[in-house]
Amino acid sequence: MTRAHDPHGDLVSGGSGVGVLAPTRPPETPLARLRWAVVDGWTVTRRDLTHWIRSPEEVLGGLTFPVVSVLLFGYVLGSAMVVPGGGDYREFLMPGLFGMTMVFGMVITASAVVTDTSRGVTDRFRSMPMAPSAVVAGRSVADMIRAALDLTALLGCGLLVGWRAHGGVAAFLAAVGLLLLLRFALIWVGIYVGLLLRTPESATTLMTLVLPFAMIANTFVAPELMPSWLGVVAEVNPMSATVAATRELFGNPGLGGGSWLARNALLMAVVWPVALVAVFFPLSVRRFRDMSR
Amino acid sequence: MRTAAATLTGEIAAGERECAVLARGLRKRYGETTALDGFDLAVPYGTVCGLLGPNGAGKSTAVRVLSTLLRPDGGRAEVGGFDVVTQARQVRYRIGLTGQNPAVDDVLTGRGNLEMFGRLYHLGPRAARRRAQELLEQFNLTDVADTPPRRYSGGMRRRLDLAVSFIMAPPVLFLDEPTTGLDPRHRLEVWNGVRDLVAQGTTVLLTTHYLDEVDQLADDISVIDRGRVIARGTPDELKSTLGGDQLDVVLDDPAELGRAAEALAVLAGAPPRVRPEASRLTVPVRERVTALTEALRVLEAAGIAVRDIGIRRPTLDEVFVRLTGHHPESGETDTPADTAVDPAAGAGDEDEREGGR
Repeated sequence: MTRAHDPHGDLVSGGSGVGVLAPTRPPETPLARLRWAVVDGWTVTRRDLTHWIRSPEEVLGGLTFPVVSVLLFGYVLGSAMVVPGGGDYREFLMPGLFGMTMVFGMVITASAVVTDTSRGVTDRFRSMPMAPSAVVAGRSVADMIRAALDLTALLGCGLLVGWRAHGGVAAFLAAVGLLLLLRFALIWVGIYVGLLLRTPESATTLMTLVLPFAMIANTFVAPELMPSWLGVVAEVNPMSATVAATRELFGNPGLGGGSWLARNALLMAVVWPVALVAVFFPLSVRRFRDMSR
Repeated sequence: MRTAAATLTGEIAAGERECAVLARGLRKRYGETTALDGFDLAVPYGTVCGLLGPNGAGKSTAVRVLSTLLRPDGGRAEVGGFDVVTQARQVRYRIGLTGQNPAVDDVLTGRGNLEMFGRLYHLGPRAARRRAQELLEQFNLTDVADTPPRRYSGGMRRRLDLAVSFIMAPPVLFLDEPTTGLDPRHRLEVWNGVRDLVAQGTTVLLTTHYLDEVDQLADDISVIDRGRVIARGTPDELKSTLGGDQLDVVLDDPAELGRAAEALAVLAGAPPRVRPEASRLTVPVRERVTALTEALRVLEAAGIAVRDIGIRRPTLDEVFVRLTGHHPESGETDTPADTAVDPAAGAGDEDEREGGR
């Protein structure tokens, strides 16, 4: 068999159509390794983005629930809703829906991960000389791009129903940053959960577990209006910290609750995601390594 | 003493380094189950080695260890001269892997798959595009190049999977039950694809529980049972050393089968098998050349009318039963994986068939 080696990785094909076309040695310098990690990660990201471009119904489907919630809660149930301290219910509602969309993103990550592992695509990646970090890095970047687009769509939706950010540009960016930080933390939860699941179908069941998590929070109703024990659960929910912090930054109504957690929402909106990453990043890495045990 | 120690620690002797795939004393346990129990294998460059064994014999575990997906608990293995544990990345540049389920992206097109995986093998964008086109042609996939694999037939998905494994024209290709669940026509397509690769010098390690598959493709067979290789040789060697020749006799009158079996017992190396519904008798014989004339003489002397008589090599199936005491893959029905080649129909897929990992 004729083989030609080209250290730059471009095609040097033999006459028979067979020939080695890329370097057959792993990158040696740290810089070369970093370069391949970035290139490989981007290749995986492009693949994940292509999935969504090819099946836009999936992306739109993911946005259906928050958008329907705007109508359902904002208009149908809104008149019966009480915002502590007064204020427009739809102004109160939108930050909750922003947070909920970020939380639902966890299911997107988990289902993409389990689809790849159950179909053998993850094993194919693992049998290839690509950078081992690229599968996860590519996944994260794609998920963050999708989260940013979802959030943009929902912000537009909020503007349509009369929601406004009153806090200025810096506060607005900080609020968006906190929402994306929560989403980033949930990527690691999603990867871990995805590696635990066996079939892509089970990811659908996951949604029914995530839904109460998104509801038992300050999303739709202020925790102080819930039975006291449930109010505590809702306040401890990491999502509540992010939602309360974004309400504060957007200048939306509904701040309240005298608890320490409620008063320190901005701090907790950073602490919770960092804690989630600290727990689920090592768990995911270990689970991934366990695939070769 | 020296050799015993070498086997135990899984040392690899200098002369064996010519081999594309080499395993010494591989061991792997999953909890209580021992998947590999001192697994040895040597596959010279440019040959096709068939790894044959029943379900659960350790075939897939062996392939997963050799393709760097799984760490062995003990023993050593080298692929293309590189250690599968300590030099995994070098090994990965030199192997292709086609597992039990086609590991392709169902949403990207066939071409998109080849280009993406090409990029992950570190081909430049142009090179990846060119290689994708070459492979689409080589594997007869040009008609469906721009269709996503979820609309492919089972055979087409496997061929795309093979094409992806072959992007780097790797010196070593692992095929783990590449035709399980395919109908005969699609199986033939995959076989032809494999033959082309072998003609270009690729070394292939093929696991299967279809005996005709190794008979068709393999130069060398290793029979694996309970995590170790229990026999090896060419298909012919295995047939002649282990099975002996088989004498088939068909009688006019099934009622005389018993008498015929008795008469032929003198020639037999093992008890004859009688199949009354076919009026047929199969006798494993010791001496190939004299068996036929002897048989005719004995039967004539007993006054038994013979409709047909012939001598043949045993089938691998018979060899396998002799070696392992059980039938390969008893129970599994050979269901066609898919409906016709119809890109318009959302054809089902056979993914759920074999649990996988």
